Amino acid sequence: MSTSNSHPAEHPWPYRVVADVGKSIIEVLRGLGKISIFSGRFFYWVGRPPFRLRLIFEQLFFIGNKSVFIIVLSGSFTGMVMAYQTYFGFKLINVDTLVGPVVAISLAKELAPVLTGLIVAGRAGSAMAAQIGTMKVTEQVDALEVMGINSLQYLAAPRIIAGTLALPLLSIIFLFVGSVGAYIIGTKALMIDEALFYSKLGEFMYLEDMLQGVIKAFFFGFVVSTIGTYFGFEVTEGAEGVGRGTNQAVVWGMIFVLVLDYFLTSFLIRIL
Amino acid sequence: MPDDIIIQFEGVTKRYGEHVILSNLNFSIHKNKITTILGFSGAGKSTLMKLILGLVHPTEGTVYVLGQDLSKLGDYPLREFRRNFGMVFQYAALFDAMTAYQNVEFPLKEFTNLRPSERDHKVRHLLTSVGIDDFGMKKLPSELSGGMRKRVGLARALALSPAIMLYDEPTTGLDPITSKMVNDLIVETADAHKDRGLTSVIISHDIKATLKISDFIAFLDRGRIVEYLPAKDFVNSNHPLVQEFVHL
Repeated sequence: MSTSNSHPAEHPWPYRVVADVGKSIIEVLRGLGKISIFSGRFFYWVGRPPFRLRLIFEQLFFIGNKSVFIIVLSGSFTGMVMAYQTYFGFKLINVDTLVGPVVAISLAKELAPVLTGLIVAGRAGSAMAAQIGTMKVTEQVDALEVMGINSLQYLAAPRIIAGTLALPLLSIIFLFVGSVGAYIIGTKALMIDEALFYSKLGEFMYLEDMLQGVIKAFFFGFVVSTIGTYFGFEVTEGAEGVGRGTNQAVVWGMIFVLVLDYFLTSFLIRIL
Repeated sequence: MPDDIIIQFEGVTKRYGEHVILSNLNFSIHKNKITTILGFSGAGKSTLMKLILGLVHPTEGTVYVLGQDLSKLGDYPLREFRRNFGMVFQYAALFDAMTAYQNVEFPLKEFTNLRPSERDHKVRHLLTSVGIDDFGMKKLPSELSGGMRKRVGLARALALSPAIMLYDEPTTGLDPITSKMVNDLIVETADAHKDRGLTSVIISHDIKATLKISDFIAFLDRGRIVEYLPAKDFVNSNHPLVQEFVHL
């Protein structure tokens, strides 16, 4: 008979499954708690001098400018594919002139911020974790602390600020090139009347739709860069640790974007 | 605290949970001298250094540095206080995205209001004094040898004219010739800054080098200072562990 002191393998399998699930939930909650404390420390330090604007601009360049190519590529193809898929569905019920607004609204409210968030999590979030993680294992973070420099303020704050500012801008670029892609496919390949495409777009698309996407992107930018920097500081064991931290930054960054998207949507849909 | 004492440990114990790292340390480090903390791996040397820097605080007792109880300082004052230290890390810990020149310039840019020309003069002087030429100044840490990285690390540590230099395992991973060069550099640095009272604290397990360059040697074993003597008397210590270490 099993006792509380017996080896876990001796417990019946349903017990072990429940125990494993419980352990995983506790780990996730502990991680969430640590990320919350890390964000709290960021808010505490971000408003305190010295303000290193040069570092923020460097990170804006890295997260923003250097992501433009992949954003333009993803945005244009997403818009084109959406136009195709929507057209063939809508044609069955003779509303193919609505392709423009449907694609544009989908991009503005959902696809642009979410896909931009996922792309930035993969490109910049991973780089943040790898850079800070490498600095941690090679004692560069210790060197900053010994000099009297707050490593969170010096390394994390510029990245989080830059990520929070860059993601809405990238999301707008995504929306723009996606809409252009949908326009080209809709009017040049699928022969939707240009005048109708424009008029329907004007009729159904509102500024609030774009605003919803920009607000989401702002939060995604904060979350992705906070998670990227957090996992960088959590790195402990050499190159393997850096790899693990980078991987976790990407996985958790993406999960947070998707989960947060649901909550933001359910909130924003009520107020906008 | 007497004038010639710069760091003082008073009944210092450091525990992480149930695990005792340092136990009831009572000793002082003399100003203007080179003191080496010797010990086997896991003896608590790194924790002792972190206590000196105020990166961790004692569970019991007090660490005084320049007469200041570090545990009484808040975050900002403690960070400012740390500018009294220069630290040379085991693997130099140079910022890998910066050149040798930029590494040395970094603390000056962060903490001084020197004009660019004054800063440039100081950086070049510091790097030249540790044997780095114009060509080496432009190199990234990844392009420098282990010995050169240590030199740049030393120049960076000296940039803000610290009162206390800390060396963490300065010769670990270096070949014998480079080790000698680093040890000579430590002594030269101490001599060059003697007039302003520079104190050097070295964490090491290199007994031969320690005997050559130190004024005082403390032997740390399992969290306790088991011997603390002037270097010239250290080899004659009767402590069995010290004898074992000396005759390794």
